[in-house]
Amino acid sequence: MSTLSISGLNVHFSTEAGSLHALKDVTFDVPERRIVGIVGESGCGKSTLINAILGLLSDNGEVRSGQILFEGDQDLARLSRGQMQDLRGPRIATVFQDPMGALNPVLSVGRQMINIQYRSPQSRAAKAARAVEMLKLVRIPDAESALGRYPHQFSGGMKQRIAIAMALMMEPALLIADEPTTALDATLEVTTIELLKDLQATIGCSVMFISHHLGVIAELCDDVVVMYAGEVVERGTVRDVFRAPAHPYTRRLLECDPARQSRRTRVLPTIPGEIPDLRQRPRGCVFAPRCLERHAGCDTPQVEHALAGDHRARCNLAPARSPAAVPP
Amino acid sequence: MTAAPILSVDDVQVAFPVGGLLARDAILGVAGVSFEVRPGETFALVGESGSGKTTLARAINGLQDISQGAITFEGVRIDGLGRARMKPLRRRMSMMFQDPVGSLSPRMTVGDLVTEPFRIHGHGGRNLRDEAVRLLNLVGLPADFAGRYPHQLSGGQARRVGVARAIALDPALIIADEPTAGLDVSVQGEVLNLLNELRERLGLAMVIITHNLHVVHHVADRMAVMYLGRFVEVGETGTVFAAPRHPYTAALLSANPEPDPDRARDRITLPAEVPSLMSRPSGCEFHTRCPWAQAKCAAMPPPAGDVSCHFPLSPGARPPPREDRP
Repeated sequence: MSTLSISGLNVHFSTEAGSLHALKDVTFDVPERRIVGIVGESGCGKSTLINAILGLLSDNGEVRSGQILFEGDQDLARLSRGQMQDLRGPRIATVFQDPMGALNPVLSVGRQMINIQYRSPQSRAAKAARAVEMLKLVRIPDAESALGRYPHQFSGGMKQRIAIAMALMMEPALLIADEPTTALDATLEVTTIELLKDLQATIGCSVMFISHHLGVIAELCDDVVVMYAGEVVERGTVRDVFRAPAHPYTRRLLECDPARQSRRTRVLPTIPGEIPDLRQRPRGCVFAPRCLERHAGCDTPQVEHALAGDHRARCNLAPARSPAAVPP
Repeated sequence: MTAAPILSVDDVQVAFPVGGLLARDAILGVAGVSFEVRPGETFALVGESGSGKTTLARAINGLQDISQGAITFEGVRIDGLGRARMKPLRRRMSMMFQDPVGSLSPRMTVGDLVTEPFRIHGHGGRNLRDEAVRLLNLVGLPADFAGRYPHQLSGGQARRVGVARAIALDPALIIADEPTAGLDVSVQGEVLNLLNELRERLGLAMVIITHNLHVVHHVADRMAVMYLGRFVEVGETGTVFAAPRHPYTAALLSANPEPDPDRARDRITLPAEVPSLMSRPSGCEFHTRCPWAQAKCAAMPPPAGDVSCHFPLSPGARPPPREDRP
């Protein structure tokens, strides 16, 4: 059973200039005890996706069709506000890019960590003990005295680790991590990734890890979902997708990463052009205007092709390119 | 590399007073660094948050007073010049600030923004509208962008406007603070290519400040790695990447996640946190986190030179971390 199973999700926003189709036929799973990376550039729909899962779409946003099945039986797209509230926190926790957004600057860390256990019937002392235990788990030195300190007394990396400790305190089934290491320095980034990996194994939760940093995804995740302009263009295990990218967008994205250029070059590859206006989606492939491999077939609607294993790509050239392709 | 340096920074310190009104304590944001940049050369300052990169850049530009040392630009001492005497020099030395949208006034059009330098420094009878078109053209933006406002720009376009402003007065040196921070990878390449191209066409010298080592690898001729306000390693970019000699440089290079799931990771993890500038460690200031620190490292400051380390790594060889770290 998958912790999260999204199928055929379509999200629209109504704007003054017409309806904006922000997520189109989004389908993927976050299997139990796995870390799934969501990768894509600005405007690819990562934030809309998180908000749709958490039931936090703005008032002009609407799930038109599709399912967001959580733990097999609950469709998050159909739950009431109250039911959703009961899930957020204890069952589905989130960590965001900026830890200061998650921490209250005027309350001590201990007070915040005790407060967020408000649903638990245990004594205050037991809650404090639990807070210390979590701080130790995220390797905050001198955890007991850390409870009395305020967020500004910690470094950026420590603040993010405290935010992670708070998110995992209730042992959620799903952790949604939205660019949690983007604001951190390189050496802190890798220690935070290693910490997340250890914690995930200890607590046994599933993780949906959103990042635009391909290196971090390659290192941390089991599976990866590549998004472009609100569509899932490719998904599969990290090894399949990074080793044999089947969608031209994935290939271009990997080429653009300066880390991939082992030889020094003065001219770095780029992807010219911009994301199309999502109020007027092209009928055919959404990446076609920027694609180097564009051909006549791109003008017809694209379907997702199953390739070897769980590898899938939304490009009609993908089956021909992948030798082990399964006909749809 | 025989040309006279366009910029030389000699043993510069920047001190910030701390504590109350009467307290005499100060912390050193920049603790004595020296380097030179020659015409047409790109020099990169690399380091993590709080290492003093931006403070150093502000000191060069005269936005921050220095407490010791000398800064010479085109043969003229420029530290302590004061606002009025610094102004004409700013035509020759321009600065690209970190936040691309935040550094553009939201109430001015792109056309006004790129020609603002002429309004400050005088335009010598030039037609500002023509200049706006010329500059937009130079940075690869269509002329009709002159009528847009900053909120109508994408991150990459805002960067290009920042570049246009920086090159408007035909400077000899550009200081770019994190020119690609917050940009998507596909756009990051565009901005770096643009800077490289302009550098070649206009013969600019550049100081690039970044924490992204991959960027440094592709744009910089020489680089310096900063830690707690000091240079721990300075050298040709290619040499430093091929064989880092300071353990901190080696750790930074190894901390760069690469998009390859099967790559063997020979990673150096640094214990502990970055020390506070209020209480700098004794001896070599990196010894509290260095995997190879020895007794000498805690006792004596490292020798001055391109690699400030008592026991620099030899190329190709990396000893196992020491068990008996002090």
